[in-house]
Order: sequence, then C-alpha cells, then structure tokens
Amino acid sequence: MITTEILVIGAGPAGLMAAIHAAEAGAKVLLVERADRLGGQLIKQTHKFFGSKAEFAGERGMDIAEKLINQSSDISGITIWKNAVVLGIYPDGVVTISYEGAFCTARPKKIIIATGASEKTMAFPNNDLPGIYGAGAVQTLMNVHGVIPAKRILMIGAGNIGVIVAYQLLQAGVKVAGIVEAAPQVGGYRVHAAKLQRHGVPIYTSHSIQSAHGDSCLEGVTISKLDEQWQPIDGSEQYIAVDGLCLAVGLSPLTELLWQAGCEMKFAAELGGYVPLRDANMKTSHENIYVAGDVSGVEEASAAMVEGKLAGLYVASVLGHKKDSFTKEFQTAKSQLSALRSGPASVKICTGLSKVVLEEVG
Amino acid sequence: MPSQERFAKGPIALFECMQQIPCNPCADACPRGAITVKEINDCPSLNEELCNGCGVCMTHCPGLSIFVVDYTYGKDVALVKIPYEFSPLPEAKTVVDALNRQGQCIGTSEVIRVQTSPNKTNIIWLSVPRELAMEVRSIRLKKGGRS
Repeated sequence: MITTEILVIGAGPAGLMAAIHAAEAGAKVLLVERADRLGGQLIKQTHKFFGSKAEFAGERGMDIAEKLINQSSDISGITIWKNAVVLGIYPDGVVTISYEGAFCTARPKKIIIATGASEKTMAFPNNDLPGIYGAGAVQTLMNVHGVIPAKRILMIGAGNIGVIVAYQLLQAGVKVAGIVEAAPQVGGYRVHAAKLQRHGVPIYTSHSIQSAHGDSCLEGVTISKLDEQWQPIDGSEQYIAVDGLCLAVGLSPLTELLWQAGCEMKFAAELGGYVPLRDANMKTSHENIYVAGDVSGVEEASAAMVEGKLAGLYVASVLGHKKDSFTKEFQTAKSQLSALRSGPASVKICTGLSKVVLEEVG
Repeated sequence: MPSQERFAKGPIALFECMQQIPCNPCADACPRGAITVKEINDCPSLNEELCNGCGVCMTHCPGLSIFVVDYTYGKDVALVKIPYEFSPLPEAKTVVDALNRQGQCIGTSEVIRVQTSPNKTNIIWLSVPRELAMEVRSIRLKKGGRS
C-alpha cells in the first residue's frame, strides 16, 4: 500500500498545475499518468495560446508543456508515475492502480481528478473507413510522430479544435479541402478562421456530412446543406474527393472514476456532458475528491491550468500546508479565472457552470 | 482604422481582431506601451502616436491578426508586413503571389525582407502596389512552393 497526501490523476495542464502548486506548498504528491509521457494534449498544440501572461498566453502549447513538465520534475515533493492507469476508487479510500504491469494500491488523503475529456464522434454511413480520424489522432500523428495523416483532408467542425487543427494540417503540407460546420456560423475564434480563409480554405457553414465513400479506404465524402431546422436539403449534395476526414465535433468529460466513487453528477450540455457537482474550491460532493480541467467541464486549456492551480493550492491548505502567500495567490487565481470567463466567448461555459458549481462555503 | 494623416507619417500596426476573446499578449509585447487591452476580453486599442510599426506585437499575437502597413515606403508601392508560420520561408528579393483575406491571388509582390523570430512566427515584409495594401494579407510561394 502506497501512502501519499495527495493523489493527482492525469498529468495534462490541469493535473500538472495541481501537482506543482500542491507540492510547492509542501504537500507530498503522487502524480499518475496513463500515457507514457506527461503533458496530456498540450504536447500536440503547436499553436500559440490565448489568455494572459499568467496562463502563458502567446506561448505555444508544446512549450508550455515542457515548462510544466520540467517544473514538476524539479520539485522533490512530487512522485511521477507514467504508464499508470487508475482502476478504481473504493469506499475505504483505497485507490487501485495498474503501474507498468503491476497491480498497486494507494491510500491518499485527498484525490484530485484531472482526467480530461475524450472526443465525440459522428454516425454516418462508412464512418469506419481507414482515413477517418478524430482531431486528436490527427494531431498525435502529425505533431508528436511527424506523420501526415492524408494528402487531402476535409475537416468536420469549425469550433476552435477544428480550425486550429486545419491550420496545423496546412502547416504540415496537407491540402485542406474545407471545413464543414453544421451551425450557421463558425464556433471557433474568428481570428483562427481568418488564418485559414486567407490560405483559401473554404468554410461550409450550415452543412453536414451525409456519407463517406471508398472500398478499402476513404476516397471521398458527400456533404449537403442544412435548412434552418438543421435537416439536409434534398438536391444540395456535393461530393468532395479526399483521402482523409477529420472529426472535430466536441469533447466529453472522462468521468468514469467520479461515477464509480459516487460523486454527485449532473448533465450540462454546455460543458460536454455529465460533470460532477462541485464548490468554488473544486471539491466534489465527496469529502476527499476534487476535480480540475476538462473532467469538470470542457473548456480552454488556459482555464484548466488555473483550475489545477486552485485545486492544488486548496487541497494542500486543507492538509495543513498553507503558504504565507496562500490567500493572495488563491484569490489572484480566482480573479484570473473569472476574468477569462467574463467575455462573450464564455457565455456558454458560464451557463453550464451555473448548473454545477455549488455556492462557496466559508 | 488610422487616418490618412497618420498613414502619411509612416508604418503603423493594424488589428484585424474584431471579436471579444480572452487574450492580451499584444499589450504585454509592445515595447512602447502603445497597445491597451483594458479587460482581458476587450479588443486591443492602439495609441497611433506611440506606435511606430515595429511589428513586435505581430510575433506575439496568437491569432496572427496584426499586420503593419507603411504607405511612406515608396511612391507607387506600400510596405505590408504579414505574420508567416509556414516552411519553407520565402527568400528576400523573390516574387510571390499576393493573396487577399479570402485566399484569392490578387497580384504579385516582392519579398523585401524575412524577419525570423525565435517563437517561429516570422514576419515577411512585402512590397505591394499601394492600392492593394489593405487587401494583401497572405502569400503563396511560386515554383511549387506552398503557402
């Protein structure tokens, strides 16, 4: 049985920040990560981040990952396990972990769950043809392994992930046949869409995919225009020859561990699906379980990092590790988060949060 | 949009950043304090007298939405600086296709200078016909090069 004060599950932007800030305050942290490397999705993000200086704005995601990974490795209070999958959280507080093939148990005093989110997919005929990818897979191939996923690709979804990955595809030398978006307008930041448009990439708003075609692999797709009720308009079909199709149609929080631990959950479509109820200090309905990042609602990485910091600082303080600067740092991070969420681009997120964030106690 | 009088004084940054999103690296980047983003979701506002068109903000902008235009560059041509994150980079003194905001080729342009940046957002200085200075926002390399 491994004993530790804080177990952080997931080493993406939220988990890394939580571990760093808890350990800096003096807590002993075990940081477990399912993948063979730290950083989560940050390591694939070759674009510069939005936000303010405090969230590393203007720096590229992969460079932010490097900074956080180095920081977490330099702090003696953090033990890092890669290739470690948390299997379950039990009523007696025991957590079971598969670590490099061995079955381990741990009994942490507090747990911060930062497992992130997984990609949604779409149902259409032949959606299992080779050449059809999620945006995360496209980024992993291109930006982690240096492999181009296709010669000519069509992107489905003009949210921030769709427009960002389409731009990264152009940078990798892949032809982007267009971006297809069911909504009447681009959901991602307009500046991202503008980058694509000035390279001649068409954006088909109020359009959706009808089917994919090909014998042994993808050869083309049919898209059609949607009416005001989002129904395909007969006769509007057009065929686009592509050998790649990339789906960027949203993310769902990875909440299995929260369900299993008995945390109270609620459906909030604005946040990507079921998320845990929690207070403003990131504590769930379970006395010892906290959350940070996309698992508590799909949002930008900048917000995930600040949530991680809040959770890390707060959990450490509950365990008696309270830096002199705690109140100031904690309040600054909270103001940072509400500033990030104060604009029109965050209205949807705030609607979702209003359903699941309990009133602050104390 | 700066006035004709301001354009007549020399290079100036143009912000094609019209949507309120949480972002302010341009304000931190400006060495002259010419850029203000009051609340983080506000669009940037420029003090046109302080801006000298140096282009430092262009390398920091995550949206690649800042350009510099200098109408005093030549008699028939203006200088347009664009951010560029593609490989290979164009070479100075070569001619490239000039693209507008919709990616349409609207003419050709000579590359005057290529300013590389450690953060990989490079700045390309283009000489373009004056009447196209408000249109040219991207390039495509000739001879099989891609944009």
